[in-house]
Amino acid sequence: MLVEIANLRVRFPTAHGMSDAVRGVSLTLGQEKLGIVGESGSGKSLTARAILRLLPDSAEITADKLAFDGIDILTANEAKLRAIRGRRAGLILQDPKFSLNPVMTAGAQIAEAWRAHRGGTRRLAHQAAIELLAQVQIREPARVADTYPHELSGGMGQRVMIAMMLAPDPELLIADEPTSALDATVQAEILRLIEDLVSRRGMGLILISHDLPLVSHFCDRVVVMYAGRIVEELRAADLARAKHPYTRGLLSCIPALSHKQNRLAVMQRDPAWMDA
Amino acid sequence: MIPLGMIPPGMIPVDMIPRDMINVDALSVRFGATEAVKSVSFRLARGEAFGLVGESGSGKSTVLRALAGLNPHWTGRMMLDGAPLDARRDKQFFRRVQMVFQDPYGSLHPRQTVDRALSEPLLVHGLRDIDVRIARGLAEVALPLSMRYRYPHQLSGGQRQRVAIARALMAEPEVLLLDEPTSALDVSVQAEVLNLLADLRVARGLTYIMVSHNLAVVAHLCERVGVMQGGELVETLSTDDLRAGRIRHPHTAALRELSVELEEPEGVT
Repeated sequence: MLVEIANLRVRFPTAHGMSDAVRGVSLTLGQEKLGIVGESGSGKSLTARAILRLLPDSAEITADKLAFDGIDILTANEAKLRAIRGRRAGLILQDPKFSLNPVMTAGAQIAEAWRAHRGGTRRLAHQAAIELLAQVQIREPARVADTYPHELSGGMGQRVMIAMMLAPDPELLIADEPTSALDATVQAEILRLIEDLVSRRGMGLILISHDLPLVSHFCDRVVVMYAGRIVEELRAADLARAKHPYTRGLLSCIPALSHKQNRLAVMQRDPAWMDA
Repeated sequence: MIPLGMIPPGMIPVDMIPRDMINVDALSVRFGATEAVKSVSFRLARGEAFGLVGESGSGKSTVLRALAGLNPHWTGRMMLDGAPLDARRDKQFFRRVQMVFQDPYGSLHPRQTVDRALSEPLLVHGLRDIDVRIARGLAEVALPLSMRYRYPHQLSGGQRQRVAIARALMAEPEVLLLDEPTSALDVSVQAEVLNLLADLRVARGLTYIMVSHNLAVVAHLCERVGVMQGGELVETLSTDDLRAGRIRHPHTAALRELSVELEEPEGVT
């Protein structure tokens, strides 16, 4: 599996003409863990969703190349896309409260995903759902399979979401701010779980977040996006040696427990970053 | 001035005893069969900033909401500036105590302009010079006057939170209750809002109680931190002690360790 993106552009019509949300992003991803970091509106989610062509209808996408394992995403028909979406590439979103069906039990939702992609009897799918819940380290998988989303905590909900995404045994997992709605302890648990599953199953991972230090702990490589462009790309281990002032700004404006700052550094945005 | 200790107890004039701005004593909150807050006690001097940290479900927000008068089902004793608080709060209470919520999109009326949001507390409390106060309020949170007639959807997340803070300050409160005020914001915007809150506290002599799951954010703004777990306040310590690791409770230690581990980027240590 290989994701190739070259010169990706995403534009939206507005009252004042076209607005460029992604402006010429190029990256390739193999069986590795890639972090995409940036603030709201930087185009990080749109870039990742473009891989599945999951963009609003009004979006205009162009690219020199946009391919998932050699399949041209821009020209693929719906049937071809369906074979990728969910099956070969899973998507985990921020808040499980909004991504899970509130009137179906956790087990039934996972079983549905299993059957949609793999077929088989209901019984078999239910068994598979319980096994998947065990894989995402839920202690009583059979009991949790019978619960409804409102009975689950945020962390448990996200585990169910991950189990559902794993059902078709995908090659790529796109996690878009998967832990922003969770508190610090659960956040770390979920990210460790994702990292562990991705490594063990030999999947590719795109982890999207606005928290640069956090992402660096769970990825091999990080790209930093600003105003629709990649401003810097570096190995996670080299984050401390980041050169771009925006990347450095992202690192220095976060309060730290280990040392006291009287005032937090505030990002001075340079208009030149738009093109750098 | 004579040190207080040298005057026999009965002779201290009442107004010389430093009065707590907030005093919470054995506060318990129940939701049906579950006890969400179990006999929590803490006190704050005027002008102090106190943080409440803990995982989701630890009861930290419930304490804040009970204090704000948003939850009438509590037992124990809460005092504001020496006066006990009842289950129902009068108008004067809301003049003195205001709250800022996590999600400014949820806490601002989508069909009301910034002007309306800011003038409402003035009308409720019968304050005059609305124009002057709104202009001053916007300037105080570093928003241009041109924002006055915008709707919430026309503002960025950071601007919305600034409006929410400006609204809380309109009635000139003495206490601000901050419930995860920066959790929904980008880190660069978070830094601006935290700096703003620090400046406002100095400028107005405000007393803060801030709830957050982010230890670093709380430590940045507050001098003292209370750690909650399963509805109990398991430890109260100074921010300096928290930073230095002078900790007594294992849960505090666990939260601190995780925070320190994840805040440094990979490759630095």
